[in-house]
Amino acid sequence: MEVRRPTIEDWDNPGDIVTINIGPSHPAMHGTLRVIAQTDGETIVSAEPEIGYLHRGVEKLGEHLTYHQFIPLTDRLNYCSAITNNVSYEMAVEKLMGIKIPEKAEVIRMIMMELARIADHIVCIGILGVDLGAFTPFFYLFIQREEIYEIFEWYNGARLTNTFGRIGGVEADLPEDFEERWKKLVPNLRKAIDETDKLLTHNRIWMDRTIGVTPFFPEDALNWGFTGPCLRACGVKRDLRKDEPYCFYDQVDFEIPVGKHGDVFDRYIVRMIEMEESIKIIDQAIKIYKEFPPDAPLMAKVPKIIKPPVGEVYHAIEAPNGELGFWVKSDGSDKPYRIKIRPPCYMVYQAFPELVQGEMIADLIACLSSLNIIAGELDR
Amino acid sequence: MGLKEDVQNTLGELALDFLECQGDLSVTVPKDKIVDALTKLRDDLGFDFLSDVFGVDNSAFYEKLAKAKAKKKKGEEDKKEEEPQGPPPPRFEVIYLLLSLETNRRLAVKVKVPEDDLVVDSVTSLWRAADWPEREVFDMFGIKFKGHHNLKRLLMWDEFPAHPLRKDYPLEGQGEERIMEYNDND
Amino acid sequence: MAFQAYGGEGWLLTKLEQLINWGRKRSPWPLPYGTACCGIEMMAALASGYDLARFGAERPSFSPRQADVLIQAGTITKKMVPVFKRIYDQMAEPKWVISMGACACSGGVFRTYSTLQGIDLVVPVDVYVPGCPPRPEGLIYALLKLIEKIEKDHPLRKKAAEIGIGG
Repeated sequence: MEVRRPTIEDWDNPGDIVTINIGPSHPAMHGTLRVIAQTDGETIVSAEPEIGYLHRGVEKLGEHLTYHQFIPLTDRLNYCSAITNNVSYEMAVEKLMGIKIPEKAEVIRMIMMELARIADHIVCIGILGVDLGAFTPFFYLFIQREEIYEIFEWYNGARLTNTFGRIGGVEADLPEDFEERWKKLVPNLRKAIDETDKLLTHNRIWMDRTIGVTPFFPEDALNWGFTGPCLRACGVKRDLRKDEPYCFYDQVDFEIPVGKHGDVFDRYIVRMIEMEESIKIIDQAIKIYKEFPPDAPLMAKVPKIIKPPVGEVYHAIEAPNGELGFWVKSDGSDKPYRIKIRPPCYMVYQAFPELVQGEMIADLIACLSSLNIIAGELDR
Repeated sequence: MGLKEDVQNTLGELALDFLECQGDLSVTVPKDKIVDALTKLRDDLGFDFLSDVFGVDNSAFYEKLAKAKAKKKKGEEDKKEEEPQGPPPPRFEVIYLLLSLETNRRLAVKVKVPEDDLVVDSVTSLWRAADWPEREVFDMFGIKFKGHHNLKRLLMWDEFPAHPLRKDYPLEGQGEERIMEYNDND
Repeated sequence: MAFQAYGGEGWLLTKLEQLINWGRKRSPWPLPYGTACCGIEMMAALASGYDLARFGAERPSFSPRQADVLIQAGTITKKMVPVFKRIYDQMAEPKWVISMGACACSGGVFRTYSTLQGIDLVVPVDVYVPGCPPRPEGLIYALLKLIEKIEKDHPLRKKAAEIGIGG
């Protein structure tokens, strides 16, 4: 699809440009994002985002806490799917120490990460609907998210910020009735996704508001450092679960949905299909899990006080938003020397001015919602 | 490792030092040749995706190493030769994480930045993905990037007086507050 | 009668105050100011599972001029403080503040250079809800406590004291 982005020279009367400040306290700004938009009527001439309103100093705080004490802080990064952040950090430290965790722990991690992926996509699609005026899918989907919270609580004790896993494995086995709970949840979850699909996907208003809104070329997306559903919607088939497999992802069968134009509709469809694929992965993973004996080890032999050798590693996994990576440097003591978090939505949001130039203000809101910018991860 | 030989052959003299840790390779290049080195890696070796750019303050690390060396030296007092005191190692480093989309190999390219010369060439001409990460390095460490089109603070407010991620900045801050004057009569 | 009212006690004044409190406590319209993780739990409280609307918080308004209760859910950083204070100042009297979550009550886990250690350094808080994040039932309990507080309020006496009459 040919897209030519208008530039400021196209405007006859630059004196008519109005500066609108959207946020940081605004219903459509997810938390604390601010966009300073310059518009000519309703068309956007330039939109500059300003971030940092939720910068809590997590990386500096990590230098004063031990390796174990940092795990709860990683929860608060992408709070919609806290488990993926925990596992990503733990895998980075395990790589630094050179320990291999037991296989039963890997399967449990995989199951919980896919549940977190479903939960994150539910939030994204629900809020995308709310921002565009479609309230109903939000209510239907959030009931299923409450059921997923019940599973998390039954396992871990916490609904949202579960400090899941330990460096060296996981803390506990899955509860005995996990499979029954999952089997009860799946038809309801599929029904909710189906209803959302029927309400939205072929809806005239939804299609008019999302198809063709902020498309993006795949070469531009790769140049800007996009990863995750936003990149897959542009047509590039990249997923760290297939390209650099970890846990048991190379032994389960799943598809990677790829879009065509990279617009809001494609990002929405990619997330809907990914939810369905996650359900398939969990079904297969439970079969793998049942092959392990009940008393198989869950933790590798890790000392009580962790002192990794001097060195630095980088490890990334496929979080629901894209490539979430941790670069950890150790100086031999029990506290990390430097932790750098590579947030997926950081790279996506810096392309925002290029994405929305030439669109209308309502399209800006739709685009921002579809990128799934989580301020906790963006600002750390 | 195959990757080390490939990088050595491609970069030639630009590769000053290699560091391998648990399967991860990182190569140090001179500060003023960073754009050339990254261009060579992108065009000849296929590292066409920039994952991240960030900075590290190594002052506490070198202090710890020096203390450990001094302790070791104390234990070996019968050694008569004195090592000459060289110049202190550069305090900061900026690290670029690269990924090759075809072969799925990762490489970290490091640049050492001394405290008295805090300027590095910007790589936004190669990858637009370096835009905000370089601004964040400026915000957190104070390292300036030559050729960046918009080098302002990113995560802290514009008038913030210090650079928080340096090792000599205290965790709980120095009591800075953001005071904004709203002019309601405008 | 006038003597009763200005004296600060009396049957008429008390009944009038009870009427005003009854009206106010039955419809505390919230301003959901969600910045971080507690925002997701607040959304869950406003959704259909733990419906907050049955306690009168029917219309969550993002405009401060039309809201009664500011529910601060999440961390406030020092960069955000002027914005937050301005939103609070724009709310019309009577207004109340619920501080939800550990970060809003006291800075939470983040004792760093950029986090405000509690929003009560900036605005007066009526109800504190501890938790990281608190369960939606916690927020509902906070709203009920706030309703109890509104019931015991003395709006007319305060107004009289403001104007400067009465003993």
